[in-house]
Amino acid sequence: MNRLTTLFQHKTADVLNVYFTAGFPQLTDTVPILHALQEAGTDLVEIGMPYSDPVADGETIQKSNQQALDNGMTVATLFEQLQGVRQQGVTVPILLMGYLNPVVQFGIEKFCQQCQATGVDGVILPDLPLEVYEREYKALFAKHGLQVVFLVTPQTSPARVRQLDGLADGFIYLVAAAGTTGAQTDMNADVDAYLSRTKAMGLRNPTLVGFGISDAASFAAASRHTTGAIIGSAFIRLLQNTPAQGQATAIKEFVAGIRP
Amino acid sequence: MTITAPSPYRVDASGYYGPFGGAYVPEMLYPNVEELRDNYLKIIEDPEFQSEFKQLLRDFAGRPTPLFLAQRLSAEIGTTIYLKREDLCHTGAHKINNTIGQILVAQQLGKKRIVAETGAGQHGVATATVCALMGLECIVYMGAIDIERQKPNVDRMRMLGAKVVPATSGSQTLKDATNEAMRHWISNPTDTHYIIGSVVGPHPYPDMVARFQSIISAETISQLLEQTGRATPDFVLACVGGGSNAAGAFYHYLDEPGVRLIAAEAAGQGVDTGHSAATTALGKPGILHGASTILMQTEDGQVTEPYSISAGLDYPGIGPQHAQLFATGRAEFISITDKAALDAAFQLSRLEGIIPALETAHALACLPLIGAKKDDVVVVCLSGRGDKDLATYTKHLEEYS
Ligand SMILES: Cc1ncc(COP(=O)(O)O)c(C=O)c1O
Repeated sequence: MNRLTTLFQHKTADVLNVYFTAGFPQLTDTVPILHALQEAGTDLVEIGMPYSDPVADGETIQKSNQQALDNGMTVATLFEQLQGVRQQGVTVPILLMGYLNPVVQFGIEKFCQQCQATGVDGVILPDLPLEVYEREYKALFAKHGLQVVFLVTPQTSPARVRQLDGLADGFIYLVAAAGTTGAQTDMNADVDAYLSRTKAMGLRNPTLVGFGISDAASFAAASRHTTGAIIGSAFIRLLQNTPAQGQATAIKEFVAGIRP
Repeated sequence: MTITAPSPYRVDASGYYGPFGGAYVPEMLYPNVEELRDNYLKIIEDPEFQSEFKQLLRDFAGRPTPLFLAQRLSAEIGTTIYLKREDLCHTGAHKINNTIGQILVAQQLGKKRIVAETGAGQHGVATATVCALMGLECIVYMGAIDIERQKPNVDRMRMLGAKVVPATSGSQTLKDATNEAMRHWISNPTDTHYIIGSVVGPHPYPDMVARFQSIISAETISQLLEQTGRATPDFVLACVGGGSNAAGAFYHYLDEPGVRLIAAEAAGQGVDTGHSAATTALGKPGILHGASTILMQTEDGQVTEPYSISAGLDYPGIGPQHAQLFATGRAEFISITDKAALDAAFQLSRLEGIIPALETAHALACLPLIGAKKDDVVVVCLSGRGDKDLATYTKHLEEYS
């Protein structure tokens, strides 16, 4: 069974998803970070495929994308790195997140095959239009056991939330507030209202909140009405500021600090 | 003209031009783009909107712009050249046709703030101008490099009350300014309208901007008829950054196969030098700024940093309609080097007393290359004037003395 399905069957609250950019800070950091996150108890990981023009991302993730590209990271290299991780004991569900163009240039069919071969469980392609997904990608993803995650924002209409929920099969990614990744979202009354409003819709998919979640307080506030939350920019900042030899320890402390 | 089948060159009901176009935007932008998509035709086809739009084009922008028979240039090249004088529009380029249209759309949608990107600064100035006119707050993103090389336009925007924000990511030119403007829109989704400056971006932008720029070819038809007795030229030439002046100059001729459409793109230092912005020569299909189009990219799908002497052509993509015109062969794309553009700019200045924008000079540089005969009628879209480029021109004055 897909590892995401298994995860959400067993865990319905306080699920922690950590995002990091493949090939950052060093090209070969991808797999060690993956191992460290699993050992630290992260429930699932989202690996970003770097892109030159990440319009939905704030400065922190933009810079990590650029650095990863400068390091030579590509979609092909990422799959080479992920080759064999499942045999090496990585059991945590893995999502690949990225903008559509590099995936399209890699070849969508080949991309799906490689996902399956390396044990990737799902994908987030934020600029993939829903109708293109339905027409060209849905059957292909299903054939290769890939689940798909869609984003929902406070501005998404209820009808569209239903539509996205109907088509998603991994989880629904709730963007906490209007903005790009890394924006300082204080978990204020507006965000709380939006999250509880979404909860009241009784979606069929689990929900994880992202954008602006950075510590134990924001994680707890975000998870109150949802299945859990996603940490991205704060984790990238940690990687940025940690010397290579202290990376594994720093990751463990960081993850432990989110759910004390 | 009776239209029997849908034109392969115009947008279809799903927002595509053949395989190009669409709206590849993250969910954060979906409601904004959907709002625009669902309302733009209703708004712009409304007779009241049309009369206000036309009145502003006339009384504020100074339309119609003349169609000028360039006799000395014609003699030099050996054909019959008419210049569609968009350089005489208020603010000095065709860009104002679009910003007037879009500011009226923004008002209809109840938006309070405007965000825009700019390359050469012409679109930024045109946006700042209409924002001042309508009393709306205006934020313009501009690549840090472009801020340096188009200084006069930065000062004009500030004079008009706009906030100019440098885009410091990536190549620090138009592509990155567009990214920043999109991010700004993502962060301000309800009260802000994004005035895109060319026929790029997610559907409905390419179609909406083309409609606003179509006034260029609409006027050309009647002016040409009056001056030559024929409504259709043999050639229409325009430069393509994103492609808005070309889209407007081509618009009413798209389905007239007798009119050869010529698009000039920037070869920079040369198509094969690695310092170029010649999108069709160097690019392949991909997705950029919300549209499926042709773009310059690496084998891995990373967008390549373009180069051109002209800030307005320094963009790694083209609008999806142009991608379709290229793919179908309806338009011919010619790459023009920095040097050839400079030659053409000095030539026009000295033969006709018109200093063109560097962007426009790329279109002029095509004139000797298209095989036009003496009696052929060639219309060049003179998209803008060269005041903003004087610093660049001055550097080359010696070579042309
Ligand atoms: C005078 C002039 N012409 C052409 C362009 C290129 O834009 P487009 O291809 O959208 O007409 C610009 C852009 O700044 C410009 O200022």
